[in-house]
Amino acid sequence: MIEFELDGKQVSAPAGSNILEVALKEGRYIPHFCYHKKLSIAANCRMCLVEVEKAPKPMPACATPVTEGMKIKTCSKLAVEAQKGVMEFLLINHPLDCPICDQGGECQLQDLAIGYGRSKSRFEEEKRAVTNKDLGSLVSTEMTRCIHCSRCVRFTEEIAGFQELGMSYRNNHVEVMPFIGKTVNSELSGNIIDVCPVGALLSKPFKNKYRNWELSRRKSIAPHDGLGSNIIVQVDKYHKVARVLPLENEEINECWISDRDRFSYEGLYHDERNTTPMIKQDGKWINTDWETAILYAAKSINGVKEDHGSDSIGVLASNISTTEELYLLQKLMRSIDVVNLDSRLAQSDFSLDGKISGTLSLGGKVADLVNSKSILLIGSLLREEQPLIASKIRTGVKKNIELNVINVLKEDLLCDVKNQLVVDPREIVYTLAQVAKAAGVNLPSLNLDTVQISDEASNIAGSLAKGDGYIVLGNIAKSLPDYSKVLVLADAIAKITKARFGQFADLANEVGASLVNFVPYKLDSKLGLNAMQMLQEPRRAYVLLNTELEYDAYNSMQALAALKKADTVVVLSPFISEEMKNYADVILPITPFTETAGSYINMEGRWQKFNGVTRPLGDSKPGWKVLRVLANNLNLAGFDYNNIEEVRSELVELNNPKLLELQILTHTFSVTKPEIDSLVRFGIQRIYYGDSITRRAYSLQQTVYAKLPNLMLNPKLAIKLKLRAGEKINLEQLNVNKELPEATLCDKLPESVILVSAKVAAMAGRFDEIKVNA
Amino acid sequence: MLSNEALEKIDIELAKYPDNRQRSAIMSALRIAQSEKGWLSHELVGYVADYLKIPPVQALEVATFYGMYNLKPVGKYKLTVCTNLPCALSGGVDAALYLKERLGVGFNETTADGMYTLKEGECMGACGDAPVILVNNHKMCSFMTTEAIEKKLAELQ
Amino acid sequence: MAIYQSGVIFENVDTKNPDCWTLDSYLNRGGYTALKKILNEKITQESIIADMKTSGLRGRGGAGFPTGLKWSFMPRTLEGQKYIVCNSDEGEPGTFKDRDIMAFNPHSLIEGMIIAGYSISASVGYNYIHGEIFEIYERFEAALSEAREAGFLGKDIQGSGFDFELYAHHGYGAYICGEETALLDSLEGKKGQPRFKPPFPASYGLYGRPTTINNTESLASVPFILRDGAQVFQDKGVPNGGGTKLFSVSGHVNRPGNYEIPLGTPFTKLLEMAGGMRDGKKLKAVIPGGSSAPLLPASIMLECNMDFDSIAKAGSMLGSGGVIIMNEDVCMVKALERLAYFYHEESCGQCTPCREGTGWLYEIIHRIENGEGRINDLELLDSIGNQMAGRTICALADAAVFPVRSFIKHFRDEFEYHIEHKKCMVSHKWC
Ligand SMILES: Cc1cc2nc3c(=O)[nH]c(=O)nc-3n(C[C@H](O)[C@H](O)[C@H](O)COP(=O)(O)O)c2cc1C
Ligand code: SF4
Ligand code: FES
Repeated sequence: MIEFELDGKQVSAPAGSNILEVALKEGRYIPHFCYHKKLSIAANCRMCLVEVEKAPKPMPACATPVTEGMKIKTCSKLAVEAQKGVMEFLLINHPLDCPICDQGGECQLQDLAIGYGRSKSRFEEEKRAVTNKDLGSLVSTEMTRCIHCSRCVRFTEEIAGFQELGMSYRNNHVEVMPFIGKTVNSELSGNIIDVCPVGALLSKPFKNKYRNWELSRRKSIAPHDGLGSNIIVQVDKYHKVARVLPLENEEINECWISDRDRFSYEGLYHDERNTTPMIKQDGKWINTDWETAILYAAKSINGVKEDHGSDSIGVLASNISTTEELYLLQKLMRSIDVVNLDSRLAQSDFSLDGKISGTLSLGGKVADLVNSKSILLIGSLLREEQPLIASKIRTGVKKNIELNVINVLKEDLLCDVKNQLVVDPREIVYTLAQVAKAAGVNLPSLNLDTVQISDEASNIAGSLAKGDGYIVLGNIAKSLPDYSKVLVLADAIAKITKARFGQFADLANEVGASLVNFVPYKLDSKLGLNAMQMLQEPRRAYVLLNTELEYDAYNSMQALAALKKADTVVVLSPFISEEMKNYADVILPITPFTETAGSYINMEGRWQKFNGVTRPLGDSKPGWKVLRVLANNLNLAGFDYNNIEEVRSELVELNNPKLLELQILTHTFSVTKPEIDSLVRFGIQRIYYGDSITRRAYSLQQTVYAKLPNLMLNPKLAIKLKLRAGEKINLEQLNVNKELPEATLCDKLPESVILVSAKVAAMAGRFDEIKVNA
Repeated sequence: MLSNEALEKIDIELAKYPDNRQRSAIMSALRIAQSEKGWLSHELVGYVADYLKIPPVQALEVATFYGMYNLKPVGKYKLTVCTNLPCALSGGVDAALYLKERLGVGFNETTADGMYTLKEGECMGACGDAPVILVNNHKMCSFMTTEAIEKKLAELQ
Repeated sequence: MAIYQSGVIFENVDTKNPDCWTLDSYLNRGGYTALKKILNEKITQESIIADMKTSGLRGRGGAGFPTGLKWSFMPRTLEGQKYIVCNSDEGEPGTFKDRDIMAFNPHSLIEGMIIAGYSISASVGYNYIHGEIFEIYERFEAALSEAREAGFLGKDIQGSGFDFELYAHHGYGAYICGEETALLDSLEGKKGQPRFKPPFPASYGLYGRPTTINNTESLASVPFILRDGAQVFQDKGVPNGGGTKLFSVSGHVNRPGNYEIPLGTPFTKLLEMAGGMRDGKKLKAVIPGGSSAPLLPASIMLECNMDFDSIAKAGSMLGSGGVIIMNEDVCMVKALERLAYFYHEESCGQCTPCREGTGWLYEIIHRIENGEGRINDLELLDSIGNQMAGRTICALADAAVFPVRSFIKHFRDEFEYHIEHKKCMVSHKWC
């Protein structure tokens, strides 16, 4: 600890702290622009100049470390004069167009100009004007307002991982710009709007629509990945979400959010947002009232149950649903003996159902992951699945994490990767078995006799063996037809290397769904059908919560067929689509997360409650209320909740870390090298297509990321198939042919796979065999 | 985009710096590229960045920061005249004025026949030889009196 | 180009001989004996650094920091790569000495850098060469090849077990890269933007490794000091500044050029060596240490000796030794306008006061020169200068302010005349 004096007060701080940091902590505000606590120190704006006794000139507080006995004066005559001088320089070329600037009211320059500016400018020369830059569909620019603090540039390089913005030219001609003809394409790009202290970088979808002080600020939780980023949702006076900002939470999202979390709100007001209860009669859709619709739904469900038994009903939900919704839906269904419940929609291998105790989660805190020494990432498109965790891992890699990857696509992680193994999805188990064998896994239940260890596999084992390791599975791993083997092997490697082990959650509530037993294998005496089985062996009736199975299911072709065949499909969803109208019979317009109270349990098992940030749109209603009334209509006891707290009171016991402790009971198998003599589909969910809100977010859909090809194959495979880039391609799965447009060539894929994203609707299994027809 | 010869030269520069520090070679790589192509088009800057495996915007920053890169096409000969104070005291400005009249162009302009581009330079570290004119960045001509300029122009055809 | 050879870097160098730069020629002049002696006799780093301190050599790049002391700051025993970097980015208006060192005696620099590397445990060196002198860069590369071939560079030099590699890096037109940390950023392939210090290069330099940066002339003086003796060098100069120094004399003299003379030589003597005033005109003012040094009027200058302390006492700086001579015809407003333009043009643009201030200073002086000056412009210039100087990362902002202050201080009447009469008070040739 260093002892020193700050504005006459005796203060101590750890060695290495800078004056600005300490002063802010002590509640002494020192004006600053370029300093940002998460970015490297630039010390170039010079706004934070303070007086340090014995120093010959004022010192930048952001870059000056405190030293023993230092006497700092943050508002002495010298300090204030220096700060005012800098302010004058900042303003001479600034357009001073606050009245028409979106940043007005939340602008650091504006705020500080009041305290430090002159009332009249001494600058009577011509002001500089800077042309605006096209940064893409999310960020708009007013470059003349830029004060050259370089925060945005540093953000792209240091946090987003790839420098997409630069400061070109020199002297007062410096300009922030992307490479000519390029936009800012990072999955975290929106944060540059926040780091910009002035109105130079602004939200494009938000621009020129509001004055921010007219908006209310409400807390919520972002639903699009399993991190549970804390957000501020700003709502206008017409109860519409106007903008989403990060809410700082050091343990989760720090002060950042992904573009998906920031800009998905546009999807809330997409044309396909439905606010009217609807029922289908004689093949025709009619709008109706809630009473009628819920009664209709209750009757339909009851009818199928009476006629065909409760086993003929399948219940499928998306993990974007709130804990309360999932809890109530399973409670309701179990009350009528329906145990075919699942939210693991993209999973295809359920062989561990009933053989696992505890809950599959990250298996530790995000902090544990990013502070580990060695990570093995299995089957994850990290930047698309978990944009912020990817950034945190990058930061860790810069310090000391050894990152190892086994995946189907060579993803550019924008950091050093120690070992990166890119294999056919059918080889993942064999690859992992090599790592297991190299690590010394020797279990009676696992036969690894014929496994040959490659150099890379033994390097990975060696990296984990150094200790403080972490093994994580991503969405790709979870969808594999031999996911259970991946789990068992990864678990075994983790045990022997004393690494932590877990998996990323795809949407906000994967862990929540499991904890509230929205699964077919817990609680009940009999095992229910899992998501795959429910669609493989079509049910008479389906209840769907917040999902569009044509995109969400492992086998969307099969899902659509089953839904179309069913007698009754009850849909609870904020959205409606033509496809949905084909298969559904009742559509109950429930609200998205912004319009309901609820909670999400993130991948760490962290419970985060939230309130609706705005009232339900139109006639729509929160899902938990709809489910309560539905239960009442089914004459079920135990559903007389007056408020959401009463629902939550039944969940209290679930908030218990013990429930997360994962144990995999024995699972016996042997691993041999697979023969790869056919093509396999590599079916992923692209970054802006993972849930029904994001799919409909206009500006996100205009990004370079959203335009990533949905159909890709290795150029060598293309040669073999005599295909050329951009050509149509005829694909066949399960004897169904699809003519798909424009194959893109990509050498980051193995030669035996064809990437067909889940956006290309209604294909068969995401990781099943696929054929190419001439 | 660049000849093998140019790429070989870039490789020689690359070898001067430690592993993973290929960014250090960006200045010389851009210089070599410019020497071959005359000026740095965006495509060329992007190409050089790709060759060095650095983000293109980092190459752009460098190309725009340093004064000797040509961000626009220039004439066959770029003549840069130092007009800084020490040179001005010994005829630097006069030489520039003479060239302006003689070639009929102002600073940063190129003659209609595409032969000469005139540029105003900052101190070249050669003030004792004023007036100095730099031809195509790499050839310095000292004591450029009117006669010397005429002689030089006759050479540069 | 006239060079008065009084004996350190240019001792026995026959600049008329086109081969004077070669290794052979250097060896004939006793080159590389200092290095060989050090390697053969395994002279310790401590003893070399002590000699450097005794020599009284102060940095020739502008700041005049004692070289031996700078070397002693290096964490010599720290594990890992360390670097020696030579600053040959000579771009300070009025300074053109480093170019001649590399043109006529490049091996003195190479030998100096090897010895420096040896003394601070650096096994790699870079020489950063100013953009506009490409031919000099090629010359230096040629000298490097010779040295490599002769076994003065590379692994296990002269069987001593000491490894040292030296590379040339060519700049491309940015004065600011002469500032040592901007130079490091530029070497790393970035824009040349000065870094905030601390950390100083000795702890966090090139690629984040401990680094010592010296000017060309400083390093080229090293072989002499270690061969002929530190005291011999010191004795050539004055107590607070040993040795001879290269002065680049430009402007209104008959024989502009570099003059290597003992520190402490009277200015009048230097002026005389440079052939005196051109066309018999009267001396009006001198910038004695490169354009960043404050201007001094003739009356003060003629009384002054050429060494660090004397010039500082006179109110200016020895700086890089660029002596700009101006005669009675020079319009001080015009002259200042050109310098202000230079500092504006060359500001790297990162610090607010420098980025905005240099441009503003220029605009105002430009207006005054063009007859659009306003009554309170001089006051405004002074105030802007106060808001810039000492408020930025590097000294370029100060360098931009010094001329403004000193020109107005010594020739205020000319500025006032300009504002009032909207024209120059004196005739001058180039407007
Ligand atoms: C704006 C600016 C320009 C500079 N230009 C040069 C230069 O061209 N050459 C040089 O050697 N030092 C220059 N310096 C000084 C260097 O920063 C540094 O002090 C010097 O290279 C150290 O070497 P020395 O100790 O041998 O003098 C400059 C400093 C500043 C602030
Ligand atoms: S003072 Fe000027 S040149 Fe120096 S770092 Fe700051 S902006 Fe750049
Ligand atoms: S905040 Fe310290 S210089 Fe900008």
